Amino acid sequence: MTAAPIHIAGERLLLDPSGVLVWPEQHLLAVADLHLEKGSAAAVRGRLVPPWDTRVTLERLALALRHWRPRIVVALGDSFHDGDGHARLAAADAARLAALTAQARFVWVLGNHDPLPAPGIGGEAAAEFRLGALRFRHIAEPRTAGEISGHFHPRATVPTRAATVARPCFVADARRVILPAFGAYTGGLDVRHPEIIRLFPRGGRVFLLGRERLYSFALAQAMPRAVGAAAD
Amino acid sequence: MGTIPEPPVGALPEPFAGWFERRGWAPRPHQLAMLDAARAGVHALLIAPTGGGKTLAGFLPSLAALAAAPRPGLHTLYVSPLKALATDIARNLVTPVAEMGLTVTIETRTGDTPANRRRRQREAPPNLLLTTPESLALLLSLPDAPALFAGLDCVVIDEIHALAGSKRGDQLALGLARLATLAPAARRAGLSATAPHVAALAEYVGLGDPVRRIEVADGAPPELGIMLPDGHLPWSGHMGLFSAPDIMARIRDAGMTIVFVNTRAQAELIFQALWKLNDATLPIALHHGSLDIAQRRRVEAAMAAGKLRAVVATSSLDLGIDWGGVDQVIQVGAPKGVSRLLQRVGRANHRMDEASRAVLVPANRFEVLECEAAILGVAARELDGDRPRPGGLDVLAQHLLLMAASAPFEPDAMFAEVCRAAPYAALTRRDFDDVLRFVEDGGYALAAYERYRKLFRDAEGRVHIRGARVAMQARLNIGTIVEAPLLKVRLGRFNLGEIEEYFVTMLRPGDTFMFAGRLLRFLRVRETAVEVAEGGTGEPMVPAYAGGRLPLTTNLATRVRALLHDPRRWHLFPEPVQEWLRLQRARSELPGPDDLLVEIFPRNGRWFLVAYCFEGRNAHQTLGMLLTRRMERVGLGPLGFVASDYVIAVWSVEPPPDVASLFAEDMLGDDLEVWMAESSMLRRTFRNVAVIAGLIDRQHPGAEKTRRQVTVSSDLIYDVLRKHQPDHILLRATRADAAGGLTDLARLAGMLARVRGRIRTVRLDRVSPLAVPVMLDIGKESVRTAADEEALLAETEALVAEAIGTDAAGAMASGANVAAGGSDGDAPRRQPGPEPVPPVGADAEASLGRASRRAAKPAAAKPRVPAVHRANAAKLKRRPPAA
Repeated sequence: MTAAPIHIAGERLLLDPSGVLVWPEQHLLAVADLHLEKGSAAAVRGRLVPPWDTRVTLERLALALRHWRPRIVVALGDSFHDGDGHARLAAADAARLAALTAQARFVWVLGNHDPLPAPGIGGEAAAEFRLGALRFRHIAEPRTAGEISGHFHPRATVPTRAATVARPCFVADARRVILPAFGAYTGGLDVRHPEIIRLFPRGGRVFLLGRERLYSFALAQAMPRAVGAAAD
Repeated sequence: MGTIPEPPVGALPEPFAGWFERRGWAPRPHQLAMLDAARAGVHALLIAPTGGGKTLAGFLPSLAALAAAPRPGLHTLYVSPLKALATDIARNLVTPVAEMGLTVTIETRTGDTPANRRRRQREAPPNLLLTTPESLALLLSLPDAPALFAGLDCVVIDEIHALAGSKRGDQLALGLARLATLAPAARRAGLSATAPHVAALAEYVGLGDPVRRIEVADGAPPELGIMLPDGHLPWSGHMGLFSAPDIMARIRDAGMTIVFVNTRAQAELIFQALWKLNDATLPIALHHGSLDIAQRRRVEAAMAAGKLRAVVATSSLDLGIDWGGVDQVIQVGAPKGVSRLLQRVGRANHRMDEASRAVLVPANRFEVLECEAAILGVAARELDGDRPRPGGLDVLAQHLLLMAASAPFEPDAMFAEVCRAAPYAALTRRDFDDVLRFVEDGGYALAAYERYRKLFRDAEGRVHIRGARVAMQARLNIGTIVEAPLLKVRLGRFNLGEIEEYFVTMLRPGDTFMFAGRLLRFLRVRETAVEVAEGGTGEPMVPAYAGGRLPLTTNLATRVRALLHDPRRWHLFPEPVQEWLRLQRARSELPGPDDLLVEIFPRNGRWFLVAYCFEGRNAHQTLGMLLTRRMERVGLGPLGFVASDYVIAVWSVEPPPDVASLFAEDMLGDDLEVWMAESSMLRRTFRNVAVIAGLIDRQHPGAEKTRRQVTVSSDLIYDVLRKHQPDHILLRATRADAAGGLTDLARLAGMLARVRGRIRTVRLDRVSPLAVPVMLDIGKESVRTAADEEALLAETEALVAEAIGTDAAGAMASGANVAAGGSDGDAPRRQPGPEPVPPVGADAEASLGRASRRAAKPAAAKPRVPAVHRANAAKLKRRPPAA
């Protein structure tokens, strides 16, 4: 996997094709929108979708942690799909999560799906996390610089010779990065949606997630999708 | 059933005899035969061509019984695939019932029936209830279904040939099996147009009981002719626009014409072409399945009233209501099958004793062959169509939940009941149990959903539904039709119809497209509607729809091959076609009746392989995918392929040395598995299965925004399920569905087996005459290569970099100070060669081991947006009326 370097507020950061962001100097890894237990949340409502989503998400996260060996992990909010999510964790998944939080300092930034800290999952909870020149929060705020956030589940559609290709992506300019959602069952919001566009008044770039690398395009090159799905 | 009086066999009872006589009518023999069958208390299947008075034959026994012994309560249930048909027939029955003074109550019940009438129908049901498979499924899911149907005497199933073999047909078959349990004495009467596989239809009606078949001989054979465009016979193309002047002339000379075409895009184009020529402003209208329903009804009403001279229509007019007064049918483009051609031709002149007249208008040379073959097929009465496939497991899942919503059931008894339905006659107990487990708790290997199960079992092993909410959700999900996401097209306050979301994603504001017979300019998307204005400039596009084209049937393909191979029969063809075939014989060879001709020739620095398989587009598309995969592996550098109904052409960097091994049957093994699993076609199939089975929500327009927040996308579910439980029942159901339909695997497998050891490879130094049409399709048809999304992204990224200039790419394209990568001191080391844009560079310290970058492949063909037909640039001068 080949990560891409970018500079935000003078700090050198790496965008990883797995969807996480790394700050090498601080040994920090950020991940957005895990939406753990989204599958069981659907089951509560009568849609018995396959129950492996939490396991898949945590295994992928474990892989990223093994590769980058961060000292600090910042989860950028919506780590659980809903307030009861932590209570529905299967025993095996709870053990997987505990193994991860034991490896590094874990900071759970709170999101709109999980506004309260989840008890018993290790790590610390915070409304926002600051380190050096950077702020880590769930939802981007228009007049901030040096900001790392999640929430929108950005996804870009690019026209190619044979088909339009839609992928989750990072969106970045010199002031901020929005991370793609990391959870196995998370959908996406098109990057041309006004809610995202207004955060990048002078344009920006999208980095589409690929198997081994990222694919970079100007934000303006992404196609508007007809119906934007709302973010979670 | 015992209430029918016994007049002499073969006579109409009163008051029917008198009513027929007053109108100067005589009962048709098959109408009397249906009465006989009812008196004998046996199930019946009536097969009669259109215009045979089928529907009356179906109702006559019930009317006779109710005339002799009026009674309250539901007597006869009539099920039709079309809502409109149910409504129309109810209207047509009311008149004779009134004229004969019968006290028979008749009502319809469809998705449009208002809630208060539905409630009343449950409390005081009419004697005759006319409904659809979906509304029947809903009625059967209610707790009072046993009471409602206990006194049922008869079930009439109309247009069985259109239902059997489809998922709607599966749902109805399960409903019939249920009715047979609730009302064991009720007899069933099936009505069908002339169809192949009559035995399968009889099984569908019989549910294992004997069925009396009543077949009406076809009327006078239709008069069929071929009309060629004046002067020039096109090499390729499917639209038939060349023939517009001749079509217009025929419309002028006849009273009422239906111009049948094969796709909705073609309907729009032909309609526009005709209007450009319509100097006399004859009333010509457009009818296809995407138009607003109200507009379609207006067109149908105008037709029935004799106010139109012509209608350009797709299969939306194939079925159903008898319009009468149609003088001729013109089929533009190849008919693709004998049964379909007969059905369409039957639309002209709905009187059985007179010959229908129809003209076929081939759009290219191969279609000339196909049209001649179809005319021979009609003369030989060689109907085509596949035997109905086994019932869908997703439909069964929906049915089981609905049955539990009605009343608790014992699995053994339910299995026996389900197996009576013809599509499920061969259902294994393992599949049944797995479907039931899926409905209960998801059926996952990881038992995680004990708390959320939808069904539970009591101490006696009976299956109960968990609660009212689960039952309600089940009823909301009834139905087996899953539409591709559609958006309404809104012109001011008017709703013109619906187009696929996929097409809309390719439009930019200001783009023009043709729809509903108008030239429209795209403005914006608001909520779930596409807002448009009239007029505009530039080449208009025409929306195309997934699955719009039917593949050539096997029977017709066999006939085409036989014609092609036998020069003694070439006199059937017009001179340009004969000349073409003679040239082919001189320069190459002719495809044989049961071998496979493969031509290989160089052109423009590439090697082309053209195989004359004649197995239809869907099978050829699958073959193209598999061939390119295999060629990739042996290093031939395949660049793309294009498939028509007749041939497949693949082009590559290197010439294929060993054709026989390329076509070896083992390509249907691992390659197929891998490709199928990854293909978007399988994902689409899975989505439909998941919706029908109730795993994910249907997308209701309007509710979209809030809904998607809580819905898990079917693609993500598919990936997770495939990884963790590849033999899950829904994946099995998906693979079974995909093996038919869009992949046409059975046909492909049959061909590969047939031609083994019989592949004739001809190496030429240039293109052969027979290969010209498919060569012309390259660039016009959407080219699907084996190139995956990643390769396409890399290629696009590289192209943009080249166009903009590497260093400034980020800044220029976004017009902003983007610090991503760029040219600061920390910039990634660039590699030589045409590498993608650097902002995403190889970062040495970050990589796990650098992956080799895939070099962008040269574009295989003109860059082109798939599935959009660029229309003639000619400006549309005359405005057609809003029909």
